[in-house]
Amino acid sequence: MIADPATPFPADSGAQVRAVHDEFHGDLLEVSMGPHHPSTHGVFRMIVTLDGETIVKLKPVFGYLHRNHEKLGENTTYLGSMPYTDRLDYLCPMTNNWAYAISVEKLAGLMVPERAEYIRVILAELTRLVNHSGLVGFLMQDTGCSGTPLMYAFRERERVLDLFESLSGSRMMVNYQRFGGCRVDPTPEWLDATRKLVDGFPRFLDEFEALLRGNEIFMARTQGVGRLSAQLAINAGFTGPGLRATGVAHDLRKVDGYGVYPRFDFRVPLGEHGDTYDRYMIRMLEMRESVKILQQALRDLPGGPVMDPKVKLRGFRPKAGEAYGRIEGPKGEIGFYLISDGSPNPCRYRIRAPSFINLTILEDLCLGHTIADAVVILGSIDIVLGEVDR
Amino acid sequence: METPEQIRDRLLARFPGAGVTVVTNTSPSAQHSLLIGAASACEVAQFLRDDPALLLDCCSNVTGVDWPEQEVTDTVKTTVPDPAGGPPKVVEQKTKRVTPAYLEVVYHLYSIALRHGPVVLRLRTGNRTDQVTVPSLTPVWRACEFQEREVFDLFGVVFTGHPDLRRILMWDAFKDHPMRKDYVAPDDYEWEPTPHDEVLDRAKGHYPAAPASPAAAPVPEAKP
Repeated sequence: MIADPATPFPADSGAQVRAVHDEFHGDLLEVSMGPHHPSTHGVFRMIVTLDGETIVKLKPVFGYLHRNHEKLGENTTYLGSMPYTDRLDYLCPMTNNWAYAISVEKLAGLMVPERAEYIRVILAELTRLVNHSGLVGFLMQDTGCSGTPLMYAFRERERVLDLFESLSGSRMMVNYQRFGGCRVDPTPEWLDATRKLVDGFPRFLDEFEALLRGNEIFMARTQGVGRLSAQLAINAGFTGPGLRATGVAHDLRKVDGYGVYPRFDFRVPLGEHGDTYDRYMIRMLEMRESVKILQQALRDLPGGPVMDPKVKLRGFRPKAGEAYGRIEGPKGEIGFYLISDGSPNPCRYRIRAPSFINLTILEDLCLGHTIADAVVILGSIDIVLGEVDR
Repeated sequence: METPEQIRDRLLARFPGAGVTVVTNTSPSAQHSLLIGAASACEVAQFLRDDPALLLDCCSNVTGVDWPEQEVTDTVKTTVPDPAGGPPKVVEQKTKRVTPAYLEVVYHLYSIALRHGPVVLRLRTGNRTDQVTVPSLTPVWRACEFQEREVFDLFGVVFTGHPDLRRILMWDAFKDHPMRKDYVAPDDYEWEPTPHDEVLDRAKGHYPAAPASPAAAPVPEAKP
């Protein structure tokens, strides 16, 4: 109903509304979001203190999925921990495998055959496609664009998971890599199927971006929301696409140059504003760079063994010492810190989980925004609770 | 990047009482670490972060390590000349000693600006029971906030100067520190009070009271 300015509201009704407003003004409301809230991507809880709709305090609570993974790692052999790493960030098992393998290789000084290094790059970049396409789909879901974009993204994700399944026997719990190489050699048919998928992938990106990049509602919900300064991001250990969205050129594929990444020609997309929209765009651009890396790796894939025959996987006993190895996972820097005392089990097995550490500044990102924005900001940080809680 | 020995020398020149020593890593990774005395850890950390030659602006990884008492056998070989004039004999003397127990916090530092690292810092507590305090480095690197809470939760290291030191992965009422080497999970650790316990307690009041005289017929005990 449109009020007629000529006839004012009854005097007492406005006064009533004002009185109610004055009575509650400045009262803070504490809302417990989660652990079973659909926007928290798992069992994650935020205790949010609100002034009206504005967030004045936010405390994340987690640990609902805690199973003391690090203790499990200390109680099993080096090889026995490899399948457990799949369960950390269950959207990107291949990069978890690689991070663990690279740490053990550093600890024991193992070499990896060239073909295995290429296969690792191919699988890691496929994992990046899986993770980022899933993320942008979920982010759309969080902004209220219900259903369709997520299904488009999951359609592509399933195609990659089909490849993982035909290679390793499992869609997500792949348990594929080993220290000193990879478990099985991919067949020529698998490589052809991968080439086909990679060549068709930019079509999905074009379609997705044409639908959503300039969408007014999406831009209104994400631009300027959850701004992060480069200085705070570095100090708080924020890594991955979120750090690059603030304009910091820090990609371990370039900085450390692990594996055979220095041989490939690719660029690191950087953002400017560090807001949610930039974090989204960085992922879209990174997927295009991943496609470029994949095409080069599939073109140059050399022959040879995929496993160093001298590595003794069973009864593996590295000499006493310690090593910290890290790679650029899709969510950020994933690392493993291992201490060996010369026995078959690691003396200390620590996981540097990017999802967990990126959550440190969730409160800083959300302060001053509305509670609906907290959902979008959390979606853009990209967490998986299997890795946060370990 | 400077070697750990060079960093140690510069730190000792700047902070004479810091007690910096290099812990050698014998594995092929050769990531040697710097053991810092707990008293001056904050100043040392600030220096490492702001020094223009190091600029370790990113504290990547923070973790605890539990070192219980260990029996170590030292073997000392001495050459004893043979009094008969033959070749000298090598005599092995084995001595056993027990290393003191302590908890250790390990920090992996990297520089994003200068693209080098890691520099590994170690802080040690006095023992594992009553001297478990080390200074928190959260004021220097915000990245330590949740990770130090995790070390507190799982290892029981108390960080002084931490803004919000609470359990993070285990629930608040939990007692022990499960990442310690001597931790034994209790059999009933999945038990937790539920509303049903209260109801069952109240239900006990509805059963008839036990007979006063021992001569009375025994009433079967009510089971909740």
